[in-house]
Amino acid sequence: MLRLLDGPQTLGKGPKFWACFLVVLVAALIYPLFADSYDVGNFAYFLLWIFMALGLSLMWGYAGMLSFGQTLFFGISGYTYGVLAIVMGGGSTTIVALVLSVCMAMLAAAILGYFMIWGGISGIFFGIVTLSATLVLAFFLGQTAGSEWHIGAARLNGFNGMQGMDPLTVGSLDIEGSVLYYFMLVLIVVVYVALRMFVNSSIGNVIVATRENPQRAEMLGYDVRKYQLLAFVIGSGLAGLSGALYTSWGQFITPSSIGLPAAAMPIVWVAFSGRSDLTATLVGSFLLLFGFQTITIYSQQAALVLMGALLLATVMVAPQGFVLGVGRLIAVRWKRWRGGGVAKTEPARLQPDEV
Amino acid sequence: MSAADLFSFFYQFADVFAFLILSASGLAIVFGMMGIINMAHGEFIMCGAYVTVGLVNLGVPLALAQILAAIAAGLIGVVVEYFIVRRFYKRPLDSLLATWGLSLIVTQSMLLIVGSSIRGIGTPEGSFAVGDYTFSTYRLVLFACAVAVLVGLYIIFMKTRFGVLARATMQNAAMAKALGARTGRIYAISFGIGAGLAGLCGALYAPTMTLIPTMGATFIVESFVTVVVGGANVLLGTAPAAIFLAMIRMALNASYGQIIGQIGMLFAVIMIIRILPEGLSSVLVRRGR
Repeated sequence: MLRLLDGPQTLGKGPKFWACFLVVLVAALIYPLFADSYDVGNFAYFLLWIFMALGLSLMWGYAGMLSFGQTLFFGISGYTYGVLAIVMGGGSTTIVALVLSVCMAMLAAAILGYFMIWGGISGIFFGIVTLSATLVLAFFLGQTAGSEWHIGAARLNGFNGMQGMDPLTVGSLDIEGSVLYYFMLVLIVVVYVALRMFVNSSIGNVIVATRENPQRAEMLGYDVRKYQLLAFVIGSGLAGLSGALYTSWGQFITPSSIGLPAAAMPIVWVAFSGRSDLTATLVGSFLLLFGFQTITIYSQQAALVLMGALLLATVMVAPQGFVLGVGRLIAVRWKRWRGGGVAKTEPARLQPDEV
Repeated sequence: MSAADLFSFFYQFADVFAFLILSASGLAIVFGMMGIINMAHGEFIMCGAYVTVGLVNLGVPLALAQILAAIAAGLIGVVVEYFIVRRFYKRPLDSLLATWGLSLIVTQSMLLIVGSSIRGIGTPEGSFAVGDYTFSTYRLVLFACAVAVLVGLYIIFMKTRFGVLARATMQNAAMAKALGARTGRIYAISFGIGAGLAGLCGALYAPTMTLIPTMGATFIVESFVTVVVGGANVLLGTAPAAIFLAMIRMALNASYGQIIGQIGMLFAVIMIIRILPEGLSSVLVRRGR
């Protein structure tokens, strides 16, 4: 199992990479000892979006399906968590609510994905249909202000959004502040390591093969549709995890977390970071979220303008992503420095021509 | 069913039809013909609407303001094509990301500069009665404009020299260039026409809706859906697609309300892509041969 951690589908390998990984992890673990609780809470907030970015990286970078539906599943799961946390009475049942809401997002992804993938929708049409579905959900939730829109005691509240649900709780311990931070950290390490093993496993290799050349993969005897659906469900489920954690973190969720411009954010993070690698996505998304939050304090519009500009710049200057490009550059320089001038670049991974 | 009911039915149909045609026609050229997935389409619409309202508030007559707004949007389109879109004719998915970035920049900058809303202009007065119902004249003007746009597009692309060159360029740019067509200029003008039509849509709907910088999002789903259903041949596809979608939308709106109407349209699109991946126009083209 462990040898799947390094493989052809992920950048970074060997003791040096994992030593860096451990240093970052230890730094993250001791961070709350030095920072005040407000900053720790903020950091936990950045971390909760990472799952959505990793999910999109899996779908878009590895499986070649550009889904605009990350916030659709984020919203489905976030609202489901809100409804369940209220209806089931909160307390320790919130953990059940978290699990169920992620399952709900994955179920929705399976249904939508089945119709799209078995219906032969691919490429740009995949993007258009997922975006349309996302906007329709945002529109639908926006008009649920009336008192007839409720599930049990949980009111949907239209544009103002749901509120008043319990945060995640185990026994008498509320998962908030630094507890939430550690909870997120553990989840991220688990998800990151699991995804690395997944994309380097035989299933992951087939998923990459379906991106590279669907016809050839089919000729080799793989049912391309099943692998695409699997990637779509996992990726969307991760967006759902972000959604449920978000609702628990702030104890509210509104339709504006689903519609535009929220739907564009995961695309910006992943495109900027480098969609075809999990580590680049992890690092890049975190940096962008940090930067975005810092600017948002002064002006949310300015922060969004910057996001748009970054997306435009990425596509025009570095279509494979900035963080990935910089990472490769450092790796090449490092080898050249170590190898005394004879640069032996690593064997180039297959790049998708036109995903 | 009385004549008045029948007219009311037609009126509602014409309303949805005009909305779909006007919001989709610009995108039909840019996406359907040129292959650029223009996520900033809604922002060209927004631009048309804002220029119209701005000019009317300065005292320019409405009709003139609308024409000027369409021209302004078209010129901006040419500039955008020159600096950004030009690089993406061979990379359609990247064109989507680039124009989405542009759309974010434009909407949020507008929010920063203009604020969340500006003083609107009322819908032009004027109504007429058929039987027991009264109807707004302006809605029928919109319908007439939609038909005029379709006819105009047909003439431009089928009957003029530019149209022949444009269709040749979209079909095979390298060959057209070898034969002496200035493909760069043709792409720029075509994109400008697309942007101008989007601006016209915004200009025509400006009096009927609240102006906010994010108003483009109201149009974008309908326009993409119409173009996707219409298929690759814009001239043949867009009108039947709009008729088809208007029918579905109207039937569902009438019996179940707006939101079911939207969901129904979404399902219709998924079905159409399933059955006719090339859109409605592929059937019509096959028949024609």
